[in-house]
Amino acid sequence: MRRFLHQLSITLAFFIPGSVYAAMEMNMPRGVTDTSHIIYDLHMLILWICVAIGVVVFGVMFWSIFYHRKSQGAEASQFHESTTVEVIWTVIPFLILIAMAIPSTSVLIDMYDSSDSDIDIQVTGYQWKWQYKYLGEDINFFSSLITPKEEIANEQAKNTNYLLEVDNELVLPINKKVRFLFTSNDVIHAWWMPDLAIKKDAIPGFINESWTRINEVGTYRGQCAELCGKNHGFMPIVVKAVTQYDYDIWVEEQQAAAIAKAAESEQEWTMDDLVAKGETVYQKNCAACHMVDGSGLPPAFPALNGSDVVLGDIETHMHMMYYGVPGSAMAAYGKQLSAVDLAAVITYKRNAWDNNTGEVISPADMQAYIDKQ
Amino acid sequence: MSEQTLTLDDHEHHEHGPAKGLLRWVFTTNHKDIGTLYLIFSLTMFFIGGMMAMVIRAELFQPGLQLVEPGFFNQMTTMHGLIMVFGAVMPGFVGLANWQIPLMVGAPDMALPRMNNWSFWILPFAFTMLLSTLFMDGGAPDFGWTFYAPLSTTYAPPSVTFFIFAIHMMGISSIMGAMNIIVTLFNMRAPGMSLMQMPMFAWSWLITAFLLVAVMPVLAAVVTMMLMDIHFATSFFSAAGGGDPVLFQHIFWFFGHPEVYIMILPAFGVVSQILPTFSRKPLFGYHSMVYALIAIAILSFVVWAHHMFTVGMPIGGQLFFMYSTMLIAVPTGVKIFNWVATMFKGSLSFETPMLFAVAFVVLFTIGGFSGIMLAIAPIDFQYQDTYFVVAHFHYVLVPGAVFGIVAGVYYWLPKWCGKMYDESLGKTHFWLSFIGLNLTFFPMHFVGLAGMPRRIPDYSLQFADFNMMASMGAFLFGASQLVFVYLVIKAIRSGEKAAQVPWESAEGLEWTLPTPLPYHTFTTPPVFESKL
Ligand code: HEC
Ligand SMILES: [Cu+2]
Repeated sequence: MRRFLHQLSITLAFFIPGSVYAAMEMNMPRGVTDTSHIIYDLHMLILWICVAIGVVVFGVMFWSIFYHRKSQGAEASQFHESTTVEVIWTVIPFLILIAMAIPSTSVLIDMYDSSDSDIDIQVTGYQWKWQYKYLGEDINFFSSLITPKEEIANEQAKNTNYLLEVDNELVLPINKKVRFLFTSNDVIHAWWMPDLAIKKDAIPGFINESWTRINEVGTYRGQCAELCGKNHGFMPIVVKAVTQYDYDIWVEEQQAAAIAKAAESEQEWTMDDLVAKGETVYQKNCAACHMVDGSGLPPAFPALNGSDVVLGDIETHMHMMYYGVPGSAMAAYGKQLSAVDLAAVITYKRNAWDNNTGEVISPADMQAYIDKQ
Repeated sequence: MSEQTLTLDDHEHHEHGPAKGLLRWVFTTNHKDIGTLYLIFSLTMFFIGGMMAMVIRAELFQPGLQLVEPGFFNQMTTMHGLIMVFGAVMPGFVGLANWQIPLMVGAPDMALPRMNNWSFWILPFAFTMLLSTLFMDGGAPDFGWTFYAPLSTTYAPPSVTFFIFAIHMMGISSIMGAMNIIVTLFNMRAPGMSLMQMPMFAWSWLITAFLLVAVMPVLAAVVTMMLMDIHFATSFFSAAGGGDPVLFQHIFWFFGHPEVYIMILPAFGVVSQILPTFSRKPLFGYHSMVYALIAIAILSFVVWAHHMFTVGMPIGGQLFFMYSTMLIAVPTGVKIFNWVATMFKGSLSFETPMLFAVAFVVLFTIGGFSGIMLAIAPIDFQYQDTYFVVAHFHYVLVPGAVFGIVAGVYYWLPKWCGKMYDESLGKTHFWLSFIGLNLTFFPMHFVGLAGMPRRIPDYSLQFADFNMMASMGAFLFGASQLVFVYLVIKAIRSGEKAAQVPWESAEGLEWTLPTPLPYHTFTTPPVFESKL
């Protein structure tokens, strides 16, 4: 019987997805910073004021609807003006608004004060991932969606963090004032983390500021909030708040990893290793536009399978990867990928799909090109 | 004008009706014909835009990608917005204006009848051009109806140029329509009707027309700047060339905010006509209604950046736009209180126009409340670009603007076609729409607060239940509009003959005219006596 019920619930779950999904959230999260708490309280305050006004206005209205009906024999009075009443209902809302404006102004002023920060992080939006640069720490990484394609295409059950999971989380210590500097590499994005009550646009060519001080250890999830193209819905944000002790350990690990990565370019690579690595780099960075099978989405995104650039002169190909095409969605990957990654992805493309050049571009070749720039 | 008619009458026949054949509709300069054309056009666009909404809601029925690609999804949200705003709501109100303004102020026609013909006939071409982008290489515009640069310039599909020219044409049409209304209202009112005695619908359109004339050129400017950036290597909106993407948003919303009032003020006017009729009681506070309209219109020019609280304005700007936005609640409140006071102690009955008008007041007020919440800059950070905003503007646009148009059609249809519509079908249409739209848009408040951004084709699991509810509501709402089409056709073809004044205590010059309406009315001006 229990097994039957279990089976039944799974079968039903297929038809009524609602019944198995996480609890219905229906209000703003209270968040984990002092600011987010104040904002939540302000939100509730204004909501209740609106509800109260609504009760009065709709109360009078429904009173009239029920008791002043013609079918109940109501006689219409003919009044159509009353200066006193009209003055009252102009002045009272005005006073209520002033009462709302005072706390709002003080929160806003506080939110704008990003001085005296302990940590500064530059956040850059890309189509469709985020880059986090810890200023002064030599830590710099990209953070992109890792939800498997199969889950999105409904071929696999969706996990609880569906669409809200990334490869590299933004790790922050609690109880420290963190200042963010937002910018973008292409179109406008918006960095939104509900639990921190931060939403700021990341605008190409400009820098916006914001700050936070997290009170509780935990993992918090948000999303890009400004329409930024095809995969706007697929660039989540995950913040992992840890204690100072764990944070210090994490910083050391990151720095050690950076050194290891630098050593990679000196190592010898076989073609198979490069192609394998290139494939992962490609899936992660390029497939969103050029598609997994290299067919692209012309005319917006050209096919790489059989592309003249990919099959042509190596130097031109490297130039394309390093500089991208300014003013188009094709980014300058020289700034984003290491020499090893670039060499690998170039090698991969020149040998993937119907492209069979058999050519290998070694990390050393790539490094040589980069050094010339 | 009237002398000419007289000579014609002497030498030819007495009543001359419409020309025969389909060309009548192409060459017509008659305000009634043009009003009909506008209304049919608006209804057609409402269904095309509505179908796109159905695609959106079907994709969002469940998490995961089922029906459409994310790129096409973006084209749908963009085109849905553009078509509903510029194709359904604005022409809908111009249609009502064309029919009603001459009838309500006692004019024989609009002041500039040939321009009237032209301003309508631009529209089908503009929208054919816009819709044709769906079949172009690279697809239709996919950057949202607010088309923020650089997504709409550097990163736009090639069809953006067609979009720009379509917007230009719509702008020309709107400006001409608005000028026509201003000139008509200033010059062609019946003798004895001062401005302060005009019906509220005329007042609301007068203010709207001024807003249109003021801001449509701004829209034209911003799309022209885009055109230059795309094709002539300027850099208005590109930081790389010394421009500023945020400049785009400032210009767009300087147009865009008055635009939202353009879509709602005429609905205020319609409701202010209907509530007194079915309350059997004069409109409460006529003068303060007019002043409130003017106050809203003026304030609408100084609140635009409340759409941009997250772009990183200096705090001074942030506070200014927060206060000015909150201030708009005062005149808006005055209007709502006046409507409620009109109903208070009346003798109410609930025919279909009244049902739509009452629903308008209730649901528009709910949209107003979420508007006040959105005005508060620090909490707006949590709402901006989420489904909370989607819920807010659909509450003011669907039971606001759309219900306004529909209420007006029910109210005046018996006069226009001389036939009565089927009251129980009308009530069915109302209740299905009412339930459908609340089921669609109310849950959007919740998912928005809980963190769902707008304009995404797929979402995480905690939003699933409410989205499914919203989709079901949307299908119901969509389907129930077919009832409306059926009702109108049925009324025109086989409705019962309507009385000259079909509503017990309707007031106004339009009801002094015979039913069915002659093709030409008020060829000699009526005598107007104010009741105020
Ligand atoms: C955001 C979308 C996007 C991503 C991600 C992207 N590209 Fe591109 N790519 C483009 C566009 C758009 C062009 C065409 C640029 C132009 O010529 O205007 C392009 C052009 C190219 C070309 C030249 C093709 C030709 O035939 O002209 C190559 C090679 C290329 N990309 C490789 C890559 C690689 C490798 C990656 C991953 C590291 C990548 N792209 C990631 C959008 C993208
Ligand atoms: Cu984004």
